[in-house]
Amino acid sequence: MRRLLVLLACAGLLAACGSEDDPAASAKPQLTVSAAASLKNAFTDYGHTFDAATVRSSFAGSDELAAQIRQGVKPDVFASANTKLPDQLYQEGLVEKPVTFASNELVLAVPADSSVQSLDDLTKKGTTIAMGSESVPVGSYTRKVLDGLPAGKKAAILGNVRSNEPDVGGVVGKVTQGAVDAGFVYVTDVEATEGRLKAIDLPADLKPQVAYGVAVVKGAKHPEQAQQFVDGLLKGAGSEALDRAGFLPPPGT
Amino acid sequence: MSWFTALLWAALALTLAFLVLPVVAIFIDVGPGELISSLDDPAAQDALWLSLRTSVTAVAIIVVVGTPAAWLLATRSFRGRELVVTLVELPLVLPPAVAGIGLLAAVGPQGVLAPLGVSFTLSTAAVVVALTFVAAPFYLRQAQSAFAALDRSWLDASRTLGAGEARTLARVAIPAAMPGLSAGLALAWGRALGEFGATLMFAGSFRGVTQTVPLAIYERFSTDFTGALGLSAVLVCVSAALLLAVKLAFRAAG
Repeated sequence: MRRLLVLLACAGLLAACGSEDDPAASAKPQLTVSAAASLKNAFTDYGHTFDAATVRSSFAGSDELAAQIRQGVKPDVFASANTKLPDQLYQEGLVEKPVTFASNELVLAVPADSSVQSLDDLTKKGTTIAMGSESVPVGSYTRKVLDGLPAGKKAAILGNVRSNEPDVGGVVGKVTQGAVDAGFVYVTDVEATEGRLKAIDLPADLKPQVAYGVAVVKGAKHPEQAQQFVDGLLKGAGSEALDRAGFLPPPGT
Repeated sequence: MSWFTALLWAALALTLAFLVLPVVAIFIDVGPGELISSLDDPAAQDALWLSLRTSVTAVAIIVVVGTPAAWLLATRSFRGRELVVTLVELPLVLPPAVAGIGLLAAVGPQGVLAPLGVSFTLSTAAVVVALTFVAAPFYLRQAQSAFAALDRSWLDASRTLGAGEARTLARVAIPAAMPGLSAGLALAWGRALGEFGATLMFAGSFRGVTQTVPLAIYERFSTDFTGALGLSAVLVCVSAALLLAVKLAFRAAG
C-alpha cells in the first residue's frame, strides 16, 4: 500500500512538472481548433502567437473532424482542406458562414533521390503509391487528377496504390519511410520535410484547385476569440504563419 | 445495509454504467436490420475476412512459438530470467503508435533488418507482423503462469515413468494447463482483432490487403456512421464470444 502511494505521488509530481500552465496562461480562455492535418505546422506556429486565447488544436483528416462535429463535438473553430465540408456544415446549421482563407497545391511527393519524374512513371509495374482515402480532401483531389487521365493510365496508377491513408500525414509518413515510392500530398507537406522529399508538379491542366475553408462552430464556447482567430487567418499573424509554411493566398485574391 | 456496503454498490453501479454504456449505445443506435445490411457492403466483407485471416495466422504463430518459450520461462531459472520476462511483457504497455514506429524502425523498408532483405510493409504479411507483436505478450503471460501453476509431482511422475521432457510437455503439461492456455489464446486473439494504430502506421490501409475491421470502421466514421456502427457491432459480438469462451474454459477447469 505504501509503495503504491509512493508511486502515485511520483506520478503526480511528474504530471505537475509536465504541465505548461503558468498562471497568466490559465487566466486566458482555451480555444479549441479542429484543423486539417495539412495545417499542422502553420496552425501550431499561429497558435503560439495568438494572444487572445490559449489555442488547443486537434489535427486529423477534415472529413473525420466534420464527422465529429456532426456527432455533436463542439470545437470553437473548424478549418478544412476544402470548402465543401465547411459549406455542408453551414447548410446543416452546425457552423457560422465559412470563409476561404488559403490555397495549396497538390503535388506528387517522392524521396529526394527518387528516379520517379512524372505521373507517367507511376504507371510502371512495381512502382508503389500511397494516397488519401476517398473521403479525405487530399484523396478526393487526387482522384480528380486521375479522372483527368486516359482510362488506361488511371487504371495502371490505381493498380499500384498500396495504401489509402485517413489523412495526408499518413501519406507523407509512408513516403518518408520508403514504404512506397510516391504519394499525392500538398506542396506544403513536402516543404515541411526539409529536403527529405521533393515535389513533382502535376500538369497544369490537371491541377485541382485546393482552397481551405474555415468557420466558427455554432455554439462555440468562445465565439469572440474564435472570430478573432479566423480574422487573423485572413490578415495578420495567421496569414503570415500560413505564408511561412508555404500556403498561397485564397483563390481570386 | 451499512453505509459502506451502499458505497461499494454505488461504486460498482458507476463502473458498470461507464463500461457498458458505449457498448450498449452501439446496438441502440443501429437496428438489427441496418446492422445486417451494413454487412452487405463488399468492402465490409473484405475487412471481416482479412481480419479473420490475419488474426488467426498471428494467433497460430504465437501459439506455436510462444508455448515452448513460455514452458522454458516457467520451468527453468537462469541468469537474467526476470529481465527476459519483463522484455516479453513490454509490448503490453506500449502505445500502438510506439509499436508502429518500432516495427517500421526494425523491419520497415529503412529498418535495421532491411540490409538483410527482411522488410515488410503495406502487405498482408505486415498486418500479421503487427498483430503478432501486440498480441503475443497476452498469450505468453497466461501460458507462463499456467505452466508455473502445474503440480510438479505430475511432471515428476511422468519423468519417472520414462517420458522425456518433450513428451511430458505434450502429453501432461499442455493438457493440464489447457484452461490457462486457452484463456491466453482468447485474450491474444481479441487484442489482435482490435489492433488499429500499429497496423495503420506499419501496414497502411488498403481494402482486402491491409484494411482490417478497425481500419474500415475508422474510414467509415466520416462517410457512413451507420456502416461504422454495424462493423463495430460485429467486433463487439466476436470479442464478447471470445471472452465468454475464456470464462467457460475456466469453469471447465474449476
